Amino acid sequence: MVVEALIKEKVEVIFGYPGGAVLPLYDALFDADIKHIMPRHEQGGIHAADGYARATGKPGVCIATSGPGATNLVTGIANAYMDSVPVVAITGQVPVPLIGTDAFQEADITGITLPITKHNYLVKDVKDLPGMIKEAFYVSVTGRPGPVLVDIPRDVFVQEANFEYPERIDMRSYRPTYTGHGGQINRALRVIREAKKPVICTGGGVVGSGAQEELLKIAEMAQIPVTSTLMGLGGFPGGHPLSLGMLGMHGTVCANYAVTESDLFIGIGMRFDDRVTGKLDSFAPEAKVIHIDIDPAEIGKNIAVNVPIVGDIKRILGQMLKKLRKGDTREWVSQVDEWKRLYPLGYEYSEEELKPQYVIEQICKITGGDAVIATDVGQHQMWTAQYFTFNKARSLISSGGLGTMGYGFPAAIGAQIGRPGETVFCIAGDGSIQMNSQELATAVGNQLPIKVAIINNQYLGMVRQWQELFFKRRYSSTFLEQGPDFVKLAEAYGAAGIRVTKPGEVVPALQQAMEIKDRPVFIDFQVASEENVFPMVAPASPINQIIGGGKE
Amino acid sequence: MKHVLAVIVENRPGVLTRVAGLFSRRGFNIDSIAVGETEDSELSRMTILVEGDENVIEQVIKQLNKLIDVVKISNLTNESTVNRELVLIKVKAEPAARAELQQLAETFRAKIVDVSLDSIIVEVTGDDEKIKAFELLLRHFGIQELVRTGKISMMRGVKYIKINGEGGKSG
Repeated sequence: MVVEALIKEKVEVIFGYPGGAVLPLYDALFDADIKHIMPRHEQGGIHAADGYARATGKPGVCIATSGPGATNLVTGIANAYMDSVPVVAITGQVPVPLIGTDAFQEADITGITLPITKHNYLVKDVKDLPGMIKEAFYVSVTGRPGPVLVDIPRDVFVQEANFEYPERIDMRSYRPTYTGHGGQINRALRVIREAKKPVICTGGGVVGSGAQEELLKIAEMAQIPVTSTLMGLGGFPGGHPLSLGMLGMHGTVCANYAVTESDLFIGIGMRFDDRVTGKLDSFAPEAKVIHIDIDPAEIGKNIAVNVPIVGDIKRILGQMLKKLRKGDTREWVSQVDEWKRLYPLGYEYSEEELKPQYVIEQICKITGGDAVIATDVGQHQMWTAQYFTFNKARSLISSGGLGTMGYGFPAAIGAQIGRPGETVFCIAGDGSIQMNSQELATAVGNQLPIKVAIINNQYLGMVRQWQELFFKRRYSSTFLEQGPDFVKLAEAYGAAGIRVTKPGEVVPALQQAMEIKDRPVFIDFQVASEENVFPMVAPASPINQIIGGGKE
Repeated sequence: MKHVLAVIVENRPGVLTRVAGLFSRRGFNIDSIAVGETEDSELSRMTILVEGDENVIEQVIKQLNKLIDVVKISNLTNESTVNRELVLIKVKAEPAARAELQQLAETFRAKIVDVSLDSIIVEVTGDDEKIKAFELLLRHFGIQELVRTGKISMMRGVKYIKINGEGGKSG
């Protein structure tokens, strides 16, 4: 019955790991017309489902068994929740009569995931099953998307009942707003027309709602510079003259200066995270704020908003475009361009030592920027955000809100499965990759030609950087002396492995990797070990107080 | 400032946990919460007393609205309302003190609902101030146990909470 429901939902691929409580489901899947990918750890499964969802815009589906299977999903669920990714997780549960008895492999997964799911269900009666699965998908993908978990006891899988799948769904307790309020839109347009120094900031919501075309038109018509959160990268072409690059802790100097000096801040599908705003009191202190988001609870949560517009971004920007009239921003745009020119991103290139930034620039060059890039979390993630030019939506797949190490590689697997013909890179750190390197088996088994660029500095680099800057270089537990030989590790699984130690070897190694079409390849880039990510704004500082960039 | 929220929710298992969990996770303070079925058996109504300034209450309401099982929220703080809370108080009552207690109870329109050799149980309903005053008086006799239901609240006059009417959920 679950399989029938999944087929009705047009699910093409499931990432799942079998076990006792889901045996009946796996028996049904055995000859079902749905592709099933088996990870080597449930965490890998849910990150892959998440990566698949981000890469395709379709909901990602994963399955785990009861108890430890379900609890292994927890990090992945929290990750999807923080970044508003539509994931439907189906878990097995012990049979209904055993619930609450501490039975073998029992865990209260609906209780555990209560604060990290958009909603969850425990199906105690097979009659409720079709309706609950329908609702789960509906809730997951509509409004502000998010993970939904459906917990199904083993005996419910095998009960018989008429399968009547609801065609439509109407929930009196859940009705998202899609169309923007006309009056608010008019107010916003007036404020935009009057602004002399406006800035737009794109968040993940722009990507999620597919509003990049509308946004591009608005920015060009009104001549407004555009910055972005990490999640919003690709929502506006990074190579566009109006693009300022990323904002916030590791944002560009020009983006942080522009926001601080602006008289109008237009936040679109972003949530004013502390990594973006720095010290709240000094965030865009002179600016009026327009905030467009599908989630009313985000409005006014962290900063006061002058013009709130709740609804679907694509629709609202479309509504705005009809009446948009531009103000005069010529002086402002040339000021912003001046900052761009004065304070570009930069690092010291070296012939001797391999610089991580150089590696990422070369990946950008060799792919022409036309690739799906999944990252782990840490320095390499920030260098990717800085040195890879994301021109297309859904090209960066990265754990933004939760900051989950070990996310990148399984997410790349999901992305490659969702977009089979395309080039998929995973840019990882030597620390992060070890958190889910077992998924090499999954990638090899499914002949996925993922290129894994390991930025290997033998440190947990970002933590080390903070220790250097804020803890007097006391490198407590951040040195990864015992790292494996990544080339041998890849080869042990049947993947290809390449080692790169000098700048001159980078391009040939990438070319070689691009030629490999039938299996994953690990490229071990042994980079300078104590390189830092700059510019940087110290936590809880104003974003125009920048270390390693800007005015001294 | 204390706010009174009437929250209509789907009458399903786990709803109270969802609401309570939200308050603890987001660091909101519940003063009291009273829950029960409504005239429609598929719906429950929670009366929640929550402490906080306007911004906090706005967030509380918005975050509660995001819970899928929450159907409607009404902020009754600035409405003209009837508020009631029921309290049971077990108070020491030597035979000599009983007459005085009885008199006090009558003054407060409280009921003596149980009598034992050296104690009685008094039931009192009313608003906050009345209950506080009554409790203070009884302290002199020695309160052994006190239990309260939490406040419930209803708008006076023609106004009432319509489930599918204005102010319903969006988003």
